[in-house]
Amino acid sequence: MAYSDQVMDHYQNPRNVGKFDDDDAQIGTGMVGAPACGDVMRLQIKVNDLGIIEDAKFKTYGCGSAIASSSLLTEWVKGRSIDEAAQIKNTEIAEELALPPVKIHCSVLAEDAIKAAVEDYRKKLSDA
Amino acid sequence: MKAPVYFDYAATTPVDPRVAQKMSECLMTEGNFGNPASRSHKFGWEAEEAVELARTQVAALLNCDPREIVWTSGATESDNLAIKGIAQFYKGKGKHIITSKIEHKAVLDTCRHLEREGFEVTYLEPGSDGLIRPEAVQSAIREDTTLVSIMHVNNEIGVVNDIERIGEVCRAAKVFYHVDAAQSAGKIPIDLSTLKVDLMALSGHKMYGPKGVGVLFVRRKPRVRLEAQMHGGGHERGMRSGTLATHQLVGMGEACRIAQAEMSSEAARTLALRERLWQGLNDMEEVYVNGDLNAHVPGIINISFNYVEGESLIMSLPELAVSSGSACTSASLEPSYVLRALGMNDELAHSSLRFSVGRFTTEEDVDAAIAQVRRAVEKLRELSPLWDMYKDGVDLDSIEWAAH
Ligand SMILES: Cc1ncc(COP(=O)(O)O)c(C=O)c1O
Repeated sequence: MAYSDQVMDHYQNPRNVGKFDDDDAQIGTGMVGAPACGDVMRLQIKVNDLGIIEDAKFKTYGCGSAIASSSLLTEWVKGRSIDEAAQIKNTEIAEELALPPVKIHCSVLAEDAIKAAVEDYRKKLSDA
Repeated sequence: MKAPVYFDYAATTPVDPRVAQKMSECLMTEGNFGNPASRSHKFGWEAEEAVELARTQVAALLNCDPREIVWTSGATESDNLAIKGIAQFYKGKGKHIITSKIEHKAVLDTCRHLEREGFEVTYLEPGSDGLIRPEAVQSAIREDTTLVSIMHVNNEIGVVNDIERIGEVCRAAKVFYHVDAAQSAGKIPIDLSTLKVDLMALSGHKMYGPKGVGVLFVRRKPRVRLEAQMHGGGHERGMRSGTLATHQLVGMGEACRIAQAEMSSEAARTLALRERLWQGLNDMEEVYVNGDLNAHVPGIINISFNYVEGESLIMSLPELAVSSGSACTSASLEPSYVLRALGMNDELAHSSLRFSVGRFTTEEDVDAAIAQVRRAVEKLRELSPLWDMYKDGVDLDSIEWAAH
């Protein structure tokens, strides 16, 4: 199967790979997918007092398209407010990466990941 | 980009130059182009002679009578002819067939087809070592069983079934035994004069012969009868009509001759290459061989790299031509049915690669593969949240994953 240049670029030079401390109040973590299905994404956002995402990191177990979707997402969310970030649609990711139909689920997973990370951060905020 | 190094001999092999030479002598005006069925002139006689020599070469490899060899277009057709042919011919006696869950699709889909026609099929589970136990065959046989189809060497993991004992079980129960030997013929010894095997399928392109040719062995004593699947001029004693493709058959014959002459040295060489590959990888953490290595064909090894997903692994190995145990490239997202049948968890099944080496593989190829695989696995584990969790001592099974 041929991959688009965009997928290859993110796959070969993934952006923002890494891990923040889960317990830090500024960090929201979204972990989605399942090993049995062949993909798991962990997306973390670091949010400042104004609700702006200052930094983001990811690690992904999955095919090249899943890795590229999460790498792209970390670039996109930086500098956005958590509300804006939670609005990102899988179709935008799929379009940017030129994902073929069988790989659309990778972009869906990325959308789920940012939503889960934002939710986790909000939960921490309200629990604090 | 330079051509990747070929590690997919189980998918297909290149044609041996000696084979290609013989084939090319059967194509053009000055060559042996006649129709082997033409009885009225020299062109036909010479073509027939070449085809019969090839038949003898195949029979010699298997130690059977040349009259037991039926030419086909490949192992897929041979499997179809054997299974449908027996099932239909003997349907008055019974309509039950036994096979295994890890057969090639050529067998499994044929069985599915027969189920739609009212036959009943039992699919035996392999052990976690990948092997089908003769005892399991024994206990699955019923009054109305007519055929058992259990492969010799599995194409994904390379394990070798005990076809000798399975054959004995079948013969004692008066049930026909068909063996898909596409991955074993020419690689490990097969002696049909002692094996209680009634039918056996071979493929040309898995043994340095051309694609588009295969063989079905059909035993004469005790006699096996088949319902033909291809009707026409009554070629191959009525079992498979169609003008014989002289160049293909000559190619398969020569491939068998070479395989027989060089089997022991070639087996030793490919085994050494496979062991070199495994030695170069097995000190990595969380790396496993699938299928019992003590019952293995020399050229195939299937390895799981835990916490790394198969498709991305293949993607980071652009200079290696290997096959993924994971069928993620298809829309199904299903890991290999063979690995699952071994009872392997889905993660490991998703994380596996099949390496198959052969006649033209070199030690340098293997060393290059080791270096590339190690680099790719390390890179992907750096990226893998599952690897992080494993390193932190988290039990992945304790997590409630949201299946999607
Ligand atoms: C075990 C087994 N059976 C059958 C086949 C099909 O053989 P062919 O390509 O000759 O139809 C293959 C090869 O793909 C195989 O590995």
